[in-house]
Amino acid sequence: MSFAKSKFRHKSLPVNDLGLTYRDYEGAISTLCAGCGHDSISSAIIHACAELSIEPHKIAKMSGIGCSSKAPNYFLNNSHGFNTVHGRMPSVTTGANLANKDLTYLAMSGDGDSASIGLGQFAHVVRRQLNMVYMVANNGVYGLTKGQLAATSDRGVKNKTGDTSLFNDIDLCTMALQLGASFVARCFSGDKAQLVPIIKAAIAHQGFAFIDIISPCVTFNNHPGSTRSYDYVQEHVTTGAVTDFVPIKEEITAQIPEGEFEDICLHDGSVIRIHKLDKGYDTSNRLKAMTDVEEHKQRGEILTGLLYLNPTASTFHELNNTADTPMNQVKQDLLCPGERVLGSINDSFR
Amino acid sequence: MINENVEDNTSTKINDFVVKFANTNGTGSASANNMFAKAIMRMGIPVSAKNIFPSNIQGAPTWYEVRINENEFLGRRGGKTEIIVAMNAQSFIEDIEDVVSGGYLLFDSSKQIPADLLRDDINYLGIPISSMCLKEFQNPRQRQLFKNVIYVGALAALLDIEFGVLKTLVGDQFKGKEKLITPNVYALELGFQYASNHFSCPLNFKVQRRDLIGNRIMVDGNTGSGLGAVYGGATVVGWYPITPSTSVVEKFASYCQRLRIDPATGKKNFAIVQAEDELAAIGMAIGAGWNGARSFTATSGPGISLMAEFLGLAYFAEIPVVLINIQRAGPSTGMPTRTQQSDVLACAYASHGDTKHVLLFPESPAECFEHSALAFDLSDRLQTPVIIMSDLDLGMNDHLSAPFIWNDKQKYDLGKVLSIRELDNTESFGRYRDVDGDGICYRTFAGTHPNKGAFFTRGTSRNEDAIYSEKSADYVDNMRRLERKFATAATLIPKAEISSGLQNTQIGLIYYGSTAQAIGETKHILHKQGIPVDLMRIKGFPFGSEIKKFIEQHEQIFVIEQNRDAQMRTLLSTELNIDPNCLTSVVCFDGLSITAKQISNDIIQVIEQQIPNQEVV
Repeated sequence: MSFAKSKFRHKSLPVNDLGLTYRDYEGAISTLCAGCGHDSISSAIIHACAELSIEPHKIAKMSGIGCSSKAPNYFLNNSHGFNTVHGRMPSVTTGANLANKDLTYLAMSGDGDSASIGLGQFAHVVRRQLNMVYMVANNGVYGLTKGQLAATSDRGVKNKTGDTSLFNDIDLCTMALQLGASFVARCFSGDKAQLVPIIKAAIAHQGFAFIDIISPCVTFNNHPGSTRSYDYVQEHVTTGAVTDFVPIKEEITAQIPEGEFEDICLHDGSVIRIHKLDKGYDTSNRLKAMTDVEEHKQRGEILTGLLYLNPTASTFHELNNTADTPMNQVKQDLLCPGERVLGSINDSFR
Repeated sequence: MINENVEDNTSTKINDFVVKFANTNGTGSASANNMFAKAIMRMGIPVSAKNIFPSNIQGAPTWYEVRINENEFLGRRGGKTEIIVAMNAQSFIEDIEDVVSGGYLLFDSSKQIPADLLRDDINYLGIPISSMCLKEFQNPRQRQLFKNVIYVGALAALLDIEFGVLKTLVGDQFKGKEKLITPNVYALELGFQYASNHFSCPLNFKVQRRDLIGNRIMVDGNTGSGLGAVYGGATVVGWYPITPSTSVVEKFASYCQRLRIDPATGKKNFAIVQAEDELAAIGMAIGAGWNGARSFTATSGPGISLMAEFLGLAYFAEIPVVLINIQRAGPSTGMPTRTQQSDVLACAYASHGDTKHVLLFPESPAECFEHSALAFDLSDRLQTPVIIMSDLDLGMNDHLSAPFIWNDKQKYDLGKVLSIRELDNTESFGRYRDVDGDGICYRTFAGTHPNKGAFFTRGTSRNEDAIYSEKSADYVDNMRRLERKFATAATLIPKAEISSGLQNTQIGLIYYGSTAQAIGETKHILHKQGIPVDLMRIKGFPFGSEIKKFIEQHEQIFVIEQNRDAQMRTLLSTELNIDPNCLTSVVCFDGLSITAKQISNDIIQVIEQQIPNQEVV
């Protein structure tokens, strides 16, 4: 079951440019386990969308099957959502995007949904350079079927029943980088200060944005020995670059903190400000990003933050040269060539 | 060399014979063979052409069978052939066997044929085609291609085809590539001259100009399906190549390139994605349908299997999508380049749980066009997948067909979609409320209204307001409503075409799809045997009330279909609650299109077996 939240809101809640509070971006009450990392992701999405003042009805929430894919029900009640079939969210999102390129596509998937049953669809949606935000709530475990190992589980780790992961893990960030995603990030669901601006930047980015979000499963993968438990992740996380997101209309007035920073202007004029904690970090170097992810992994660390960004990459519709009017709004007179043309087509078959 | 000793079994036949071309695939024979068939049509004579080809790109035997018949019997005739153009050494022995006694074998006599291969009851028309090409043309590719054109020229002399008609055809075919016209016409003349000089032309069977074609066209069904989707307003296609459906999307794409590019901006009013597999192909079509664009995919049997899960989602989530299924011989990869109607049950009930799908069964290229355009209206109106059940024979072979028809007054039926204004005037919206009692609910699209009409689409159970629910009552109510919607569908799909004889006959034949082309001849044969029959062609599923009525009005019903398991018979019996014993099945599933001879033989046999029983009674 899902339950609606109370409509009560405090008068002093701040409103955004649309006159909406963050409560207008909420969804139904979550039915995920108490403490589930996915709920933090939902909360980050709510804040990111509210702060960006996106009209909720211009967002489409897409998902596959699994705990992660249930999450879209728990944010953005005023958005249309589509909970599709297991591993096939990318194709449905592709079709939805082909039909209406003017919506913001926020997709939620999980490690089973994207790294196992849907690996093929994941790979190909990256290749297509679809303009969407593809988030994977990655907990290294099958939650909804009670604790089986996932393809993103690290080799050698044990699940709660003691089964050992015998095979190499699949790193979806590395795959996304290899296949041409123009925005790739890895975050920890427990670090909202990092996650919210990354989601905002991913939404503002024109192109395929991939965020792998390590999101611990409190019920099946939070035990000692797990490499996706809250404790383990908190101890092993390291960040290459912290990101601030500055919307188009705001001047950059934030104080410049210690360390290096770089401003990257996005398609719509908004700015991503990257503070390089690791001074050598370069978010424009795709090959180096892949190497960095691997090197950190070999040291037992999880590299988070914005890993790669190409703000000028082409999107599917640019490559396809699709008309400006979304396909679902093109009128019959432009679609149907009519009787007279058909007459000459018939003649060509005589 | 006309064999003087051969008894003439072909007699003098005007406009009633079969010519078969035995070629090697990949040698460019298709366009020459097509030119031959089209020339017959341009002489006003009904003609059909069947391409019997292997699952191979180059080097394997392929046949092109042209039936000329002024009585409009244009299904595959079957049996042996009056004249075979034997251009393939690999199939030569088989081809010799395939000539009717007294018939003709036209062959390339550049090389000696071993005498022990030859039958002495047929005539041999040897033309040194390879030697002629070697002598007359320099370019190696032309030497190969013009072999085909030379035999067409020879056939023109042998069968009395008007040479001017062929010349015009060459001109039409190479419009824009004028320098190809002269060598092609020259190759035709070479063949024509050789045959005129060496054989007694015309043969005793030949063509004679008629005026029987009217406004008909000669085209394949997949062209009709692809073009129908352009006219029906499809904008989004996800697809995965699979024979024999591939050309549906290729035709759609090429017509879109011609007709759907915005003249001002050069931008496309369509989006086609070649997907990674059939699962993604239909996933894309469903995603687009969910967002309110008209979308389709095309596939064949194995693709249907892969799409089954998604079809269940679309059925349950109530999303319009059009699926064009070009059936082929199965199961598994079966015979991918051979025809069958063997996906009827797989499509009618595709997917898990309780599902039923709307099916359309086109009979001709004109109807492929019509059904394709109609399917978008139906699926939008019904908010459910619509599957068009074409097949390889209909889809890939050229058929003499009524022209494609469109009426500019026709407006797309986009079904029950709430606009921003309607939402403003709506007190409360429930995506799955049956407001009108026809089982069809109102839907909304993302982006329409700032705070009304948003809902969460899912394949899992939900209540009328699209809220997740595992309550039994919610589930049952929803499934009952979907049943009501399916009953509504039965009133919207095209009615069966019924033709009853003048006398009150007791026998009814039920058929569908490409089997239609064999039915006129079947009726004729049965009539000659004193067996008058009524006919009913099923055009869609769910079945309309007229179908049950027709069955009840006849003492004996034959259901004719091209699969082993009599799938339509099963569907009729199950869905209309008819005793299966009342439905006698006639099936053909050898991968070649069904013939009137097979159908009538089976029916006559059944009827003859009944006679002694009746006497006993």
